[in-house]
Amino acid sequence: MADSKKVAEVLRKIAQAVEQEKDALTALDRAIGDGDHGINLARGFGAVAARLDEAANASVGAILKMAGMTLVSTVGGASGPLYGTAFLKAGAAVGEKTEMDSNDFIRAFDAAIAGIAMRGKAQQGEKTMLDALIPALNALREDPDFANGLRRAVKAAEAGVEYTKTILATKGRASYLGNRSIGHADPGAASSLLILQVIAQEVLG
Amino acid sequence: MKKLINQPENVEREMIEGLVKAYPHMLRKLDCGNVVVRAEKKESKVALISGGGSGHEPAHGGFVGTGMLDAAVAGAVFTSPTPDMIYEGIRAIATEAGVLMVVKNYTGDIMNFEMAAELAAMDGIEVRSVVTNDDVAVEDSLYTTGRRGVAGTIFVHKIAGAAAQAGAPLDQVQRVAQKVIDNVRTMGMAISPCTVPAAGTPGFDLADDEMEIGIGIHGEPGTHREKLAPADQIVTMLTEKILADIDYAGSEVAVLVNGAGGTPLMELFLLNNKLQDLLAERGIQVYKTMVGNYMTSIEMAGFSISLLRLDDELKQLLDAPCNAPAWKN
Repeated sequence: MADSKKVAEVLRKIAQAVEQEKDALTALDRAIGDGDHGINLARGFGAVAARLDEAANASVGAILKMAGMTLVSTVGGASGPLYGTAFLKAGAAVGEKTEMDSNDFIRAFDAAIAGIAMRGKAQQGEKTMLDALIPALNALREDPDFANGLRRAVKAAEAGVEYTKTILATKGRASYLGNRSIGHADPGAASSLLILQVIAQEVLG
Repeated sequence: MKKLINQPENVEREMIEGLVKAYPHMLRKLDCGNVVVRAEKKESKVALISGGGSGHEPAHGGFVGTGMLDAAVAGAVFTSPTPDMIYEGIRAIATEAGVLMVVKNYTGDIMNFEMAAELAAMDGIEVRSVVTNDDVAVEDSLYTTGRRGVAGTIFVHKIAGAAAQAGAPLDQVQRVAQKVIDNVRTMGMAISPCTVPAAGTPGFDLADDEMEIGIGIHGEPGTHREKLAPADQIVTMLTEKILADIDYAGSEVAVLVNGAGGTPLMELFLLNNKLQDLLAERGIQVYKTMVGNYMTSIEMAGFSISLLRLDDELKQLLDAPCNAPAWKN
């Protein structure tokens, strides 16, 4: 499915997409947070992209771990530890392989979600990135065809972002707004969807 | 956006370097990042570390000094510092007596300080933490991440700092820090927003005749919006909200009228005038009053009121000598 080179390429594409969508993500965060989500993520994934050349010959696990450590040390806020932990756990799940297959991907995705839930002490339905990611993983698992599953995962994540508009935030800074958080999409769910869209685009070609 | 800055991405570093250059005998910046530590060598006492996003100056770097913090870690504006920087701060100040982290209750701060403590524990450093949550604007319920830590946090720096300076063991320092947290409450409001340099646009928009009530310290919107009222009415409204949570009647308190950064002292003293009368009417005895900019939100115009219930132990620690750029006793 993807060798180390491909994984590095996907991370580069994620950095480009986050940079492009920086203002849109920040605007979402301004509505119910503190208006820095896009700025912080763009800084973090930009730093990841800058370190990919050093990691050119590394295993998939090592590249994902490097991405996780870089995000932890450059993003800050809540999204730094959350996305950082996600990539660290994904890297640990794939390990020293230099080529990941679809089963590796599903295991890595599962570990990333478990990492986010552990670090954020969150579950589905609290208006967080998990509301995009968990339905996406479920959709991916349900489809015997990986490519189809990945398409359905993106759709499920899109629906998840829409769903976050309808619910009350009970985690993170948006929870301070009470009912005022309803009607706005969760910025973390939106950035999770964006990352998943890039992965699907790159893997499906 | 109109600000006295150079490149937005350099604001935090240039601010920290400028702070350290203003107090070279007191402060030192670590080479690895925006971490301020005490300039003099380590003492064999419990070490205190705090931190948070930048934009709250003089918090937290201005509270590093004798009898207060040993280190303050500054993240990007309104963004929690990262675990690696907090870890470097812990390593720079750690003693045999242990380290206490003073963390404000925000999801990001909690997670980043927690990861840093995990790293320090691997080095055999004993790290404990207290979490400040003095903001009564936010309901503490199952449906929120709990109350925010705001201006009342500086009382924790002062009182836990005094206990550590006096040689109290980690258990005791943690206990008095928690005692302050249990007895301090804050409520804030704003009449104009602030602009994060890297964002370039204000955190929210307010009409000329509107005010935002229940504001936090990160330029985020508050709990609700109302028509602007005379200052006395606003003081009464904020104080009532605090007293509904803890009735301080019959208690002795420390009072903090904290400016959000863009409010002149003229207005802060005017607000304090009403506040003192109101507290007297309610049978609340004021032991100490502080008026000024202690925990700001860049250039936001607004203020918060904090009340801290005191007993003999807290009074003595509050009065103990300290020497930090933003608090000298």
